[in-house]
Amino acid sequence: MANLDIVKPENLVYTKTKVLTDAIMHYCPGCGHGTAHRIVAEVIDELGIQDKTIGVAPVGCSVLAYNYFDVDFQEAAHGRAPALATAAKRLNPDCFVFTYQGDGDLAAIGTAETIHACNRGENITMIFVNNGIYGMTGGQMAPTTLVGMKSATTPYGRNVALNGYPLRITELLATLPGTYYVTRQSVHTPAAVRKAKAAVKQAFENQKLQKGLSFVEIVSSCNSGWKMTPVQANQWMEENMFPNYPIGDIKVNGQIVENVDINRIVVDHPLTVVNK
Amino acid sequence: MTEEIIIAGFGGQGVLSMGKILAYSGVMQDKEVSWMPSYGPEMRGGTANVSVIISDERISSPIINQFDTAIILNQQSLDKFENAVKPGGMLLYDPNGITHHPTRKDINIYQIAATDKAAEIGIAKLFNMIVLGGFLKYKPIVTDEFIHKGLQKSLPERHHKLIPENERAIKIGMEIVKPYHTL
Amino acid sequence: MAKELKLMKGNEAIAHAMIASGTDGYFGYPITPQSEVMETLMAEKPWETTGMTVLQAESEMASINMVYGGAATGKKVATSSSSPGISLMQEGLTYLAGAEIPCLIVNVMRGGPGLGTIQPSQSDYFQSVKGGGHGDYQLYTLAPASVQEMYDFVFDAWDIAFKYRNPVLILSDGAIGQCMEKLYTRDYMPRWTEEERRKNAPWGTWGKPATRGHNIITSLELDSAKQEVFNHKLQAKYREMEAKEVRYETLNCEDADYIIVAYGSSARISMKAMQMAREKGIKVGLFRLITLFPFPTQQLKAVAQKVKGILTVEMSAGQMIQDVKLATECKLPVEHFGRFGGIIPTPTEVLEALETKIIK
Repeated sequence: MANLDIVKPENLVYTKTKVLTDAIMHYCPGCGHGTAHRIVAEVIDELGIQDKTIGVAPVGCSVLAYNYFDVDFQEAAHGRAPALATAAKRLNPDCFVFTYQGDGDLAAIGTAETIHACNRGENITMIFVNNGIYGMTGGQMAPTTLVGMKSATTPYGRNVALNGYPLRITELLATLPGTYYVTRQSVHTPAAVRKAKAAVKQAFENQKLQKGLSFVEIVSSCNSGWKMTPVQANQWMEENMFPNYPIGDIKVNGQIVENVDINRIVVDHPLTVVNK
Repeated sequence: MTEEIIIAGFGGQGVLSMGKILAYSGVMQDKEVSWMPSYGPEMRGGTANVSVIISDERISSPIINQFDTAIILNQQSLDKFENAVKPGGMLLYDPNGITHHPTRKDINIYQIAATDKAAEIGIAKLFNMIVLGGFLKYKPIVTDEFIHKGLQKSLPERHHKLIPENERAIKIGMEIVKPYHTL
Repeated sequence: MAKELKLMKGNEAIAHAMIASGTDGYFGYPITPQSEVMETLMAEKPWETTGMTVLQAESEMASINMVYGGAATGKKVATSSSSPGISLMQEGLTYLAGAEIPCLIVNVMRGGPGLGTIQPSQSDYFQSVKGGGHGDYQLYTLAPASVQEMYDFVFDAWDIAFKYRNPVLILSDGAIGQCMEKLYTRDYMPRWTEEERRKNAPWGTWGKPATRGHNIITSLELDSAKQEVFNHKLQAKYREMEAKEVRYETLNCEDADYIIVAYGSSARISMKAMQMAREKGIKVGLFRLITLFPFPTQQLKAVAQKVKGILTVEMSAGQMIQDVKLATECKLPVEHFGRFGGIIPTPTEVLEALETKIIK
């Protein structure tokens, strides 16, 4: 059968959403950003809200996110995306407004903006990609870097005495009355992608309810920064990141999910040693 | 006509609001006015003062260091502003709590025992209006009619029922003010 | 509120002008001596009348970035603060300039450096017109010298901001902010309709219709060649402002032997000093800057040709004097007089400085 015979509408099983542009993504092979972008774009497409979506991009690896989404986009200063989104939403209440931020942007330099946007219960969606490292600047320690984890600025591993503990900001945000939906997902397997997409969809649909902020953390790997192959990185993520950042819903419909212990403190979790 | 006034005393004595009523009355009488307060922590119990200028012409500086009239309500303010009165100008002060009285001989000085009077007749909150009356007795730069309009404008509507009392206090001030040293 | 004669503080006038000029949003953080701006807005509840949004942010960093997020949707969005808060906003300001977002920032200056004092000062001139944040950018900077100008300049700011897609700074100080004067208010200008917003801000991120590509508001350009072209475009915009949007006022400069150059409350004090000098028979004029950027270089140069000396008055160590010297090409004596730390110079002091430093 010739190729042309295959390329027919009735044989179409999957196509790129029109909410993603044709720009070639700059992300490293194996990075979770591309998948995270895709599910956000697909949700915007499926909800039919492309014409009323405003995205806010961070500083970090996803600084150029605006080139990949075919929706109106604002590029924020480092950490300030929730402040931009606050005003964009309040002045355009009929629009769907989301931020897309990494761990350094959201949980270090932008902690104040993050907490206060959540605490005010802004009717926005925040997508938080946590890979435990500063990817763009070359693999320095992030607030979410695990204890013992090596980075460019913790070459002997994150030392609690020096650097403090990994910040589980998602659990922290779940305690605020202004957050309505808080969940932690990943995009490293097809099953995980399907769940993450459902979570993102919920987080966008919630904007119609006017009941507060919806927050989706996506635990992701950074194989470049972690200095692993993509497969190794995903395995390492499951073995090390997930115990510290357990996957699943944390707060649904404004209530902490039963059996989720947001106060659980993880210290001294043994890191799985990988060839470096 | 240009009248440059400093009103100075403790925070809480109604210094700023007296200035505001005077300024608003000037506005209503179609004068040019400015009201320049000291501000900040001073307003919370320390000394407070406000410069008010009422003029027939465009006001150049709202910030001035020489005054036609000083209305003085405590010792610190008397010490600070006695010498800032222009020669031939006027100093009006409440002798309550004053131990060192003004000594200048080149200005007109008047006393108004407003603190005592306000306590005596139970209108402590209108103390500042009594003082304003004392000023207006010797410097009638705004007329009764416009003082009335100034009160209407500067008091919130819920306090409009108190306007007659304010006006009565002004009248009392005009009655009790007395010369201390005049040229 | 219709056209009316009022007595109010400069800070209150700013708030009332924001409402009356159809401002869509205000985001601020309390700081003395400008807190009356947000207090007045909150008391007026414009969200019930014009539909204006008012929000107290968690910091000046948040409020300037809220300005970014709101104004980037093509709406009229403003903030106000005082010197230390404006320092915190410098990052936001350079991003706003770099992303060419029209907006309004009001600085009611107080004395520095650091936490400094809450009393009036004019020591943020360099920060306002020589940068403040990083990169080559300019804010169109208006210096009101009266409560009426505090009010009127808000209206003017919106015209300039959207005409040039540039942030506008109203650089005031604690004296003008706290001073009450007569004010003629204007009839309300309604906020823009959705159609007007789309017409006036076709670049805005207000939701991409099928008829256009996506609008991106950013100050990032990784390609240096493109970033240089963009910088040329910005510079051309600033040169156009210099050619078309300079504002100043001259008083008694026609026959003056000496002139005082000042802006804001210093200009008011200098006006009084000028009158006192004239009473003494000294022919003094006043050149009042209204726009600090663009600076009235040519206009000042022309006036200076006929005088013997210039005194600049500014509540600072002498910042604006540099631009005065450049404008007059150091062809005549130019001296500075100012007070620091929240001390306001008196008209008498200004006159003395003129007599001792310039007339001699």
